[in-house]
Amino acid sequence: MARDLSVRIGTLELPNPLISASGCFGYGLEYEDVTDLSALGGVCVKGLFLTEREGHAPPRIVETPAGMINAIGLQGIGVHRFVKEKLPLLRERGARVFVNVCGTTIDEYAEVTRILTDAGGVAAIELNISCPNIKEGGIQFGCSLLGTGQVVEAVRKVTHLPVIPKLTPNVTDVASFARAAEDAGADAVSLVNTFLALAIDVETRRPTITNVLGGLSGPAIRPIAVRMVWECAREVKIPIIGMGGITNARDALEFILAGATAVQIGTANFVDPFVWGKVLDGIDDYMARHQVERLSDLIGAFDPTPPKVVHR
Amino acid sequence: MPPLDVDATVLENRPLSRDYNVLTLSAGDVGAHTVAGQFVMVRPATMTDTLLRRPFSVFEVLRDAAGTATAISILNKRAGRTTQALYDARVGDRVATLGPLGRAYTPPSTGQEAWMVAGGVGLAPFWTLAMRLVAAGIPTTLIYGARSGAELFYLDFFERLGVRLVLTTEDGSRGEHGRVTLPLDRELAGRDPQSIMVYACGPEPMLEAVAHVATRHHQPCEVSVERTMGCGLGGCYSCVVKVQHGTGTPHYVRSCISGPVFDGAEIVWD
Repeated sequence: MARDLSVRIGTLELPNPLISASGCFGYGLEYEDVTDLSALGGVCVKGLFLTEREGHAPPRIVETPAGMINAIGLQGIGVHRFVKEKLPLLRERGARVFVNVCGTTIDEYAEVTRILTDAGGVAAIELNISCPNIKEGGIQFGCSLLGTGQVVEAVRKVTHLPVIPKLTPNVTDVASFARAAEDAGADAVSLVNTFLALAIDVETRRPTITNVLGGLSGPAIRPIAVRMVWECAREVKIPIIGMGGITNARDALEFILAGATAVQIGTANFVDPFVWGKVLDGIDDYMARHQVERLSDLIGAFDPTPPKVVHR
Repeated sequence: MPPLDVDATVLENRPLSRDYNVLTLSAGDVGAHTVAGQFVMVRPATMTDTLLRRPFSVFEVLRDAAGTATAISILNKRAGRTTQALYDARVGDRVATLGPLGRAYTPPSTGQEAWMVAGGVGLAPFWTLAMRLVAAGIPTTLIYGARSGAELFYLDFFERLGVRLVLTTEDGSRGEHGRVTLPLDRELAGRDPQSIMVYACGPEPMLEAVAHVATRHHQPCEVSVERTMGCGLGGCYSCVVKVQHGTGTPHYVRSCISGPVFDGAEIVWD
């Protein structure tokens, strides 16, 4: 019998739990030559404001051990061009489109969401209240319990689509932010965005990227992200979309066992654009080995009983 | 042609100097579809704690007697950890090779000559371009500069192909003493406007200088840029270059998919 990898995020059913992470997959169409967009659980596109943005001057990334720091600055085409130029094609390809919505004000989040909802063909709204790399908006809401609640409430009023605030890890207690989001009517939360980071060029004594600070992603952050997902899973009932350094099935399963209903892959897609099929196959293999028929049975199945001492 | 990810084997590692080597990779399927100017993203399997691939121009496309592409090579210069690993690679090592990627050079218009301008490791895209130009019967020149004569490579290859060579070195040990823009500027003087297609690859200050010289002499110019790149497929927006079309607003475009080859006159140099 075929194993069932489908998962539910609110009213939304995904055929499998793999979603492209925002900012790591362009607008999805960049990858249509190498990936069947309809075969992904979801395609989360690059963050959108009301208007186009240029982003930061390069260099925008630097590689660090088992990871990378980026400060792209949310370069993007804005919601109007997205709806006109990208959304029809994504619909045609059968992608379940998650849109990462940005704003410098609460009204902007609501307005972008309203435009996307009216356009039709969007599966879910991910609220970017956690980008560490822009001066105004975003993280000022994501670092405040009140702000998180206000953005979710405002967006909730203008859409029937699942609303998924993306949480920053750059707070003391991320679970309290998941709680604030749930209380304000969020259908799910996604976490983690990147960790605010700095890499210095010791030869020049200057920063390695133009924005000085950036967000750290990749395998280096994975254990911290898994811990945060576990903390949130114990705090809220809404589904959690987990991410942070997933490169293979084993990594994805860690998040799912910790309580994530779905997972996003970002940095690993840069290294291997064919990662999606490999992770799916690996999850399927794991389910076969462990005689699990429904992936949903693995969500939160982490057993915190201390490990046995292994005698060699 | 969608890019392929080939788990390639190192077939040969030929050191050219203390810093340069040519690494031959069993990625014939990538080579078969490569057009001059395109690149591959590579990552040696021996790398453990570095994550991202690195972009390299496809240097040679090696073919068997029947003309079938059997391998590609990359021209590597030691600069950081990945390039060090590629310098030290041994026959049989694995190198993940994703490509071909990016926008290729545009062929010259009818009646135009082709002048390729290379600085250092910027020679890399000109093996395939020279093959293409010469096969099309286009008079082709290579203006090639390096730090010293010991770092001018593959001169025999270009000579045998019938490419006219103009050499410069920064230390004066071979060819003209100085930078490539000196002979370029001098030789373009007096030529008919739009009669020479200039192709350039090398350090960015050189590309800027070449683009300015070409524009001043009313010649078209394409440059191949190298920016810090994350994915090579347009996903990460790391490798942007500022361009301006006509009198429009300058904006950042991704050099991996809008380039790496750009119209030199459209780049807004830093």
